[in-house]
Amino acid sequence: MGKINDILSPFTAWKHLVNEPLTVKKPLEREGADRYRGFHKNEIDKCIGCGTCEDICQNAAIDLVPVEGIETKDGDSGLRPKIDYGRCCWCALCVDICTTNSLSMSNEFKWIDEDADNFLFIPGADDKPWNNSEKGWKKPDYNLYDPNRVDMQELHPEDRDKSFIEIVQGYSKEQALKEADRCVECGICTATCPAHMGIPEYIRAIRNDDLEEGLRILYDTNPLPEICGRICTHKCETVCSVGHTGDPLSIRWLKRYIADQNPSERFKEILGTDTIEQNGKKIAIIGSGPSGLSAAHYLALMGYSCTIFEKLPLAGGMMRYGIPEYRLPYDQIDKDINYILSLGVEIKYNVTIGKDNTLDQLHKDFDAVFTGTGLHLGRSTRIPGTEHKDVHFATDLLREISLGNEIPVAEKVVVIGGGNVAMDITRSMARLQNQKFGKVNVIATSLESEDIMPADREEIVEAREENAQIIPGWGPQSIEIKNDKITGLHVIKCLSVFDEEGRFNPKFDENIKDFFEAEMVIESIGQGMDLSYLTDEIKENLKMDNRGRIIVDNNFQSSLEWLFVGGDIIQGPDVIHGIANGHKAAIGIDNYINSKK
Amino acid sequence: MSKLFNIKEDRSLFPEKNEQGKIDIDLSSHKYLKLWHGPQHPGITGNMSLEITLLGDEVMDCETHVGYLHRGFEKLMERRKYIQCFPIVCRVAVPEPDFNEYCFASAMEELAGIEIPESAKWLRTLVLEMARLASYLMWIGGQAGAFGQGIIGQWTNYLRDSMLDRFEELTGGRVYHMYIIPGGVRGLLPSGFKQRMEENLKFIEQMMKDVERVMFNNAVFKKRSVDMGIIEKDWIYKFGITGPNARAAGVPLDVRKDNPYLVYPQLDFEAVTATHSDIYNRADVRRRDLLMSVDLIRQIMAKMPQKGEIRAETPNVLHWKVPAGETYSKAECTRGEYGYYMVSDGSEYPRRINVRGPSYTHAVSLLEKMIINCNLADIAGLMVSLHTYPPEIER
Ligand code: SF4
Ligand code: SF4
Ligand code: SF4
Repeated sequence: MGKINDILSPFTAWKHLVNEPLTVKKPLEREGADRYRGFHKNEIDKCIGCGTCEDICQNAAIDLVPVEGIETKDGDSGLRPKIDYGRCCWCALCVDICTTNSLSMSNEFKWIDEDADNFLFIPGADDKPWNNSEKGWKKPDYNLYDPNRVDMQELHPEDRDKSFIEIVQGYSKEQALKEADRCVECGICTATCPAHMGIPEYIRAIRNDDLEEGLRILYDTNPLPEICGRICTHKCETVCSVGHTGDPLSIRWLKRYIADQNPSERFKEILGTDTIEQNGKKIAIIGSGPSGLSAAHYLALMGYSCTIFEKLPLAGGMMRYGIPEYRLPYDQIDKDINYILSLGVEIKYNVTIGKDNTLDQLHKDFDAVFTGTGLHLGRSTRIPGTEHKDVHFATDLLREISLGNEIPVAEKVVVIGGGNVAMDITRSMARLQNQKFGKVNVIATSLESEDIMPADREEIVEAREENAQIIPGWGPQSIEIKNDKITGLHVIKCLSVFDEEGRFNPKFDENIKDFFEAEMVIESIGQGMDLSYLTDEIKENLKMDNRGRIIVDNNFQSSLEWLFVGGDIIQGPDVIHGIANGHKAAIGIDNYINSKK
Repeated sequence: MSKLFNIKEDRSLFPEKNEQGKIDIDLSSHKYLKLWHGPQHPGITGNMSLEITLLGDEVMDCETHVGYLHRGFEKLMERRKYIQCFPIVCRVAVPEPDFNEYCFASAMEELAGIEIPESAKWLRTLVLEMARLASYLMWIGGQAGAFGQGIIGQWTNYLRDSMLDRFEELTGGRVYHMYIIPGGVRGLLPSGFKQRMEENLKFIEQMMKDVERVMFNNAVFKKRSVDMGIIEKDWIYKFGITGPNARAAGVPLDVRKDNPYLVYPQLDFEAVTATHSDIYNRADVRRRDLLMSVDLIRQIMAKMPQKGEIRAETPNVLHWKVPAGETYSKAECTRGEYGYYMVSDGSEYPRRINVRGPSYTHAVSLLEKMIINCNLADIAGLMVSLHTYPPEIER
């Protein structure tokens, strides 16, 4: 039976004679699935050329290349991925890891071309029929790196609103490792950092738990890591590619972690600076702010003997006298400065050039002079009432606080300004009011609306946490004075601060008015420089621009070849520009002195 | 004639073996013929070749040669970061990329101590069974084709293609799925997937009835496969034979049962076995295993969670340092035990990855033993019945 069946059974296949044949759909006629990993697309304006796609591609199919019409700028390398379809395996890892989500794939899979070279193309820049296709592979609902920042432990507002204890507690090892893991090593930050710090490299050192290597990398470009690790304006974080679809890396806190974890007594050993050969040349430096200290550090490493002339009783300039202790504790400033002093740098305190000594004398006594005297003069709004004795400059008050002197504190205070200095004085005032009156009544008001306020976001948030009021978008009109006492500040609505060309040209609506009650007004609308130490003879030969700024070349050398200038009076104002200027100036001075030989 | 094929090792009619276990072949005697079977011969599964010595139509001696498809994957991976190995591993066994992806990912997860989300476990099991189904459908055409039945291959390749359609919409790729990523999977089921899958499964079941009638209940096929190429039960452990090759001999080796992984413990199935591992038996075990995959896919789709996380949190893949250690991770592929032995020295790169594909035992030592006394015309059918993929021999 079985045998007969085995002969007949195959013939049942004949029934398929009347059926449609089973054949596969022709590829040219079928469309790829919605999720198909087909040809690449790139939103070219959203892409920042971070190269992370290139890094992950195991086939080395991606190359980052310049593209016409795309400029290199902060946060954008100006390059775009070019893909070689002779190498690509359409794994889409590049799409999944793309930091901006600009890269995706269409569901198109047919491309016929005679020239093999055409299969090397720049998605998004080259015009391709699939550029507008909606379908295809997009980054799935997961992350190949963590987009969320590791939270920083901070003192609770209630624990900090009366004291000047440091708020930010710093990362633990575990937290630092987790945060460092998020970096994609693109280097976008390095390009933007004024000092071009080796950020991905020191973050990698954290991951490798090699903090000594980390410290060496920090000191390559920045001799003030404890300070910068706390108060740097972190332009790097603003551009960090991970920040495009998540939180940027906490670059600043990671730097602080490295500096904090290395004990200061081992710095010289770790950095290999126990003995430095002296070259017998002497450099004078005016001002012990970031630029002066940075110049001194790098010059000292090259064997120069540096003497810093400082007007105030302690070193650090604006870092000590402008930034409140709760943000930057004095012992941390000392840690950085003491290391620089240990390299043989000398500081002469309480010496004002132009009074106790002259620039001409320095020129005679030293081989070159660097000056970084910073912006210490307060600027006034010059509105009616500013001449009253209870109107102060923020910089003056902050300096007095740092000097340990008592400053006037009123029950109601208005601060004019929206930058970090304004926040510093507002938050310092809040603390002092709390100490004196047990309550806070301080208003900070700026021309800028909140979205364009120059202060760091966290400063605004923390100031509010400490019960200060931040009221942006108002223009100060006049200070009302009754019986010789300030009663408050009249303001009108500010509609816009900059004109179409981006120039400072505020527009107001006079009909919208307000009045902030106050017994004391503090102005914090920027600072000016004091160049009174430049004698007439020097000024005659020194090239300056029409705004009174000294003109310098790339190495911060002025038109007087022995005089180098840097810091806030040239660029900034901020610490990291000062550090970068000082470093470059040190190289410039070395070149200058070598050229004289 | 081909009855000789059953006389295991009865070499009394043929020349003595020398000390090296080879026969002394004097080609100038004109008694023997040396023939290279493959690597381009259509009857060879994949790119390998058999150096055969024939006496008349019968194989006297055979040496297998691999290396035609050697791409150095294992070495390559030592120079790739872990995530960069992920698009490579699927290429080790082209018709069944998913087992490679799974073993690689699960070895990493085990070393790193990562538990993948529940949804990902179900989806992984689903694609593994889909891969099994697709691979069997391709194999069955090969087995029929090797014995001259072209039509079966046409039907089952069409069926396999319908499964590739499902792969395409789930994973974004038809052949190289790159779906099982370390930490989880790369996507949830698209909407309407289950319905389309069910239509495919129904059609596959219906066509498999025809395949049974035309291929299995077929006097010609039986004539060429029954009692041919028998694997004895006592060879199983000696040779390291696994999968259907072992199960057809009555040894119920199935990693899904023996070392349950993913969600297999929650599925209802039994290892498919037979008693007499000849070509016919093995084909029948695979046919039933194929139908069991259909059933398993249905079970999975009915029981799996509808949504949920698809991937566990892992370190940044760009510098994932897998903790130092070693592990062996395995799964049941269509041909038996598939395994990845992974050694990590704690760096960003794997120190050593060794791929254990069942073809290594089945297509080299086992084949060399079984092919003796085989008729030249039966070699292709014998090879396909061992279901081997040369690329996984030469990783
Ligand atoms: S990862 Fe994305 S943003 Fe970065 S270069 Fe590639 S495509 Fe552009
Ligand atoms: S799809 Fe994969 S292989 Fe192709 S460019 Fe992207 S990462 Fe490279
Ligand atoms: S910190 Fe951000 S910008 Fe810098 S290398 Fe890392 S990911 Fe790139």
